[in-house]
Amino acid sequence: MRYSALSLVKNALTGNRNWKPVWRDASPKEAYDVVIVGGGGHGLATAHYLAKEHGITNVGVLEKSTIGSGNVGRNTTIIRSNYLLPGNTAFYEWSMKLWEKLEQDINYNAMISQRGVLNLFHSDAQRDAFARRGNAMRMNGVDADLLDQDQVRAMAPYLDFETARFPVKGGLLQKRGGTVRHDAVAWGYARAADQRGVDICQNCEVTGIRVENGRVAGVETTKGFVRARKVALAAAGHSSRVAAMAGLRLPIESHVLQAFVSEGIKPLVHQVITFGAGHFYISQSDKGGLVFGGDIDGYNSYAQRGSLPLVEQVMEEGMALMPMLGRLRMLRSWGGVMDMSMDGSPIIDVTPIEGLYLNAGWCYGGFKATPASGWCFAHTIAQNQRHPLSAAFRLDRFASGHLIDEKGSGAMPNLH
Amino acid sequence: MRITCPTCGERTADEFVSAGSAEVRRPEGSDNPQDWVTYVYLRDNPAGQHREWFFHAAGCRTWLQVTRDTRTHAIVAVAEAALAKPDVAA
Ligand SMILES: Cc1cc2nc3c(=O)[nH]c(=O)nc-3n(C[C@H](O)[C@H](O)[C@H](O)COP(=O)(O)OP(=O)(O)OC[C@H]3O[C@@H](n4cnc5c(N)ncnc54)[C@H](O)[C@@H]3O)c2cc1C
Ligand SMILES: [Zn+2]
Repeated sequence: MRYSALSLVKNALTGNRNWKPVWRDASPKEAYDVVIVGGGGHGLATAHYLAKEHGITNVGVLEKSTIGSGNVGRNTTIIRSNYLLPGNTAFYEWSMKLWEKLEQDINYNAMISQRGVLNLFHSDAQRDAFARRGNAMRMNGVDADLLDQDQVRAMAPYLDFETARFPVKGGLLQKRGGTVRHDAVAWGYARAADQRGVDICQNCEVTGIRVENGRVAGVETTKGFVRARKVALAAAGHSSRVAAMAGLRLPIESHVLQAFVSEGIKPLVHQVITFGAGHFYISQSDKGGLVFGGDIDGYNSYAQRGSLPLVEQVMEEGMALMPMLGRLRMLRSWGGVMDMSMDGSPIIDVTPIEGLYLNAGWCYGGFKATPASGWCFAHTIAQNQRHPLSAAFRLDRFASGHLIDEKGSGAMPNLH
Repeated sequence: MRITCPTCGERTADEFVSAGSAEVRRPEGSDNPQDWVTYVYLRDNPAGQHREWFFHAAGCRTWLQVTRDTRTHAIVAVAEAALAKPDVAA
């Protein structure tokens, strides 16, 4: 069914009893042209663009749990394209452009809200660094505005401007940045792919990758062997595990990142705001809860939950930036397991095994990349070659030295 | 998560600095670049027991080798780094 104003009215008048499931809950077929391992945002976006842009519809997305149960449904929903380094800037800007027309493309309301992302600075040196970033963005056709303290005060008068140890001096604003309802991204891409014939198979865990004579032959799953001409890995957080099934060792560690939401309040935080003196970011959901987060916990983890010291640290940073937070109750916190790569940047590439493709290493910033990642990965799978926009995200860059280290923290995954 | 330091006893994790995997070994003397790429960048990243370096920064400032289960965060073993057996490294 195509969603429209008419379909809304019709279903409302009939008591909302006639809505159909949004996608088929498929069982895996014996064979596919392409099997995608992982039904997160990236796997589902890849399936959609494979079908829509490349006409490849004999595709099975195999998800070990339910779609949306991984990081795509756990993130803090921030989208932005404020990257500095070549290799990143054009890719993330393309992602932003795809976000801007996503809802029309997939006929699904993803509540895309370009409310602006404001990165605060707290010193002269930091202002200079942000000005440089903003200039790099503008030279690449991305929007960026450097705000002084008064301009920031007008937008967010509740910040602690003067008395904090790190006074707010101004900020770099990307107006086109914002938030997207994350679950809707998973569901919307799933529905769009399903409508073009893609099978979305839930509760189907991939347990092995069969390679015959250096070529991929298919995957072992908890629902039996599935033959495939091509196998595409998009198992964010578990990339090392699935790649190991094909004998690959990756430049990745799995780490946990937590997020938090407060009780709902009236509209207060109208943008996404990040604290430049630490690592803290905050926005407000449409339900009214303040959604915020900070650093990763800092040690390898597959546990999907973090520990208390980090909770305390995030709250302290929040209080330093926005003292009124102390009056709010925190409702929930949760964690997600992410691939932390050795340079903080992702991998979208072919692999040494013919027919095996890799999409991994998204760290804590892969949600914003979902559309472009799916777009470029679909191209890589269909054409068996890198897409120009993701050409820098190659697996062999760690050997050749062409690292993309936005933060400049070196081969320490827990510092990116 | 709590770590039992051999000197200080059981302490909360935020007294410690996590300094990454202790599963890798420096390819001392190798002139094969691939050995160094493997050492610096490639990781097994196991879901299960994993040996790691921790520094007791807010305590006795000893370097420790901690064996921890990455699925549960349970600490399996703690040894002073100087006494930890390097030959078990991959
Ligand atoms: C708390 C938190 C906050 C974040 N905030 C932001 C943010 O504000 N902005 C941003 O850009 N990014 C953010 N991120 C990062 C972002 O969520 C991830 O980079 C991105 O979602 C990863 O891609 P994905 O959606 O495909 O992952 P996932 O949704 O995790 O998809 C991977 C899927 O693979 C499945 N899988 C794994 N192994 C197997 C197997 N063997 N067989 C079958 N299926 C398997 C998993 O079950 C999972 O569903 C955040 C992450 C976390 C944890
Ligand atoms: Zn100690």
